[in-house]
Amino acid sequence: MFSVQTFGDTGKMKDYHYTGPVEHRFSPYAFNGGTVLAVAGEDFAIVASDTRLSEGYSIHSRDSPKCYKLTDTTVIGCSGFHGDCLTLTKIIDARLKMYKHSNNKTMTSGAIAAMLSTILYGRRFFPYYVYNIIGGLDEEGKGAVYSFDPVGSYQRDTYKAGGSASAMLQPLLDNQIGFKNMEGVQHVPLTQDKAVQLVKDVFISAAERDVYTGDALRVCIITKEGIDEQTVALRKD
Amino acid sequence: MALEDICNLRNSCLHQNWLPASPATSFLMTDCYNLGLKGPKKSQRNNEVPLQFFIPPLLNSTSFLNRSPSSYFQGNPPVTVRRPFPLSHGTTTLGFVFQGGVIAAADTRASAGGLVACPEVEKINPIHSHLVVTSSGSGADCMLWERILTREIRLYQLRHKRCLSISGTAKLLSFMLHPFKGTDVCVALTLCGWDKELIYVCSDGARLQGNIFSVGSGSPYAYGVLDRELSWSLSNEEAISLAREAVFRATHRDAYSGNNVDLFHITAQGCLTLLIHLFDG
Repeated sequence: MFSVQTFGDTGKMKDYHYTGPVEHRFSPYAFNGGTVLAVAGEDFAIVASDTRLSEGYSIHSRDSPKCYKLTDTTVIGCSGFHGDCLTLTKIIDARLKMYKHSNNKTMTSGAIAAMLSTILYGRRFFPYYVYNIIGGLDEEGKGAVYSFDPVGSYQRDTYKAGGSASAMLQPLLDNQIGFKNMEGVQHVPLTQDKAVQLVKDVFISAAERDVYTGDALRVCIITKEGIDEQTVALRKD
Repeated sequence: MALEDICNLRNSCLHQNWLPASPATSFLMTDCYNLGLKGPKKSQRNNEVPLQFFIPPLLNSTSFLNRSPSSYFQGNPPVTVRRPFPLSHGTTTLGFVFQGGVIAAADTRASAGGLVACPEVEKINPIHSHLVVTSSGSGADCMLWERILTREIRLYQLRHKRCLSISGTAKLLSFMLHPFKGTDVCVALTLCGWDKELIYVCSDGARLQGNIFSVGSGSPYAYGVLDRELSWSLSNEEAISLAREAVFRATHRDAYSGNNVDLFHITAQGCLTLLIHLFDG
């Protein structure tokens, strides 16, 4: 779909604020909203995303989850421009198959992260407008989360939020999982049930305050037994 | 093609739009076709960048520079499509030489626009056991170029059975970055090596050797603290505490630097000591 929306330096749309006659160029990007979150535990990882697909003032779909299963131990969450998300996941799937056929083993989460970094940087001059977060189990069976910026810089984290509500969720996670800025609190490691409940609560809060987040929440819990998916309803307004 | 040559099509502006010049530089090859992999094996020199880039076509260009075929971008320098998102930038890194070796220090904040994208980035990365590089500029550019540099150094070591010198490494990096001069690749690396050498390499093309370098948005503040007390005859503890103090003062005053301080001490024997200080402030 053609998009002639222009974005100002802050990322806000410039269409609806009068600044004088403005020349519109075709922009190859659109912002389709959505929030993705990933948490790594001792022997599990959780990747969660909302399922709303929006553009400007419209909602295109209420059932478009942003978590994609890559292997039995890895899930990727992609938010940003939906066209680039789809193409990027297709490319990653193809590369995974090629690796499997050449090396006779599945790619580990760390290897997928390194590969995605080079794929994204190959488009340094026309980037994929996608904020990626990979969640999975590493070779030792521990939870791993890798967060990316749109051009390929990445980092292994314990928890990360990406997408439209990321600026609201990240401080909350810093406080609840990282125990930042809390005094006199025991740093207990996160159990799987507590983590899942926290993720659900955090998304309910995000749906309250971010217009691009809502409708439903898809949670993928990755353990050595496999990937378990749950769907939770969120605000639909 | 013969007809193409007769019609002199190769030099005209149509050529760029219709025919792929070579797999590595053609804008017709999108990632969908080559899946982000390198092109078919060609005999390439070592210092050609081992990563395939997708170059978007320049829409309104009128000038077509006739460069030699060895130039990476045949015709137009790549212009980045206007991005709707900010990239990570802003930092304070420093390095200096003293009697006990070389100290490299940096903050750990990666900022994207006004948001702290990551509070615990490692801006000092070892290339090999005797060489460390501090990065500043755009986070993704630095990370990928360090990976490329590490790969090239390792290949050199395997092919020639010896380590490349620091000046050689700096030269290699500078030549690999040269094709991207004029684009918005923003990379400013300081190579800190075992032989008490400190070389600053930047994507604008600068390659400078010196005894003290500080790079980034917080570097003026760091220079102020360093210039006051730096001398050749510092002891190890004094040098470490000076570096830590300089980065801390810079994080205090510069909004885009902050969080913790990473510190590396490269000694004449070549061993790296990593010290991470938690300085929440």
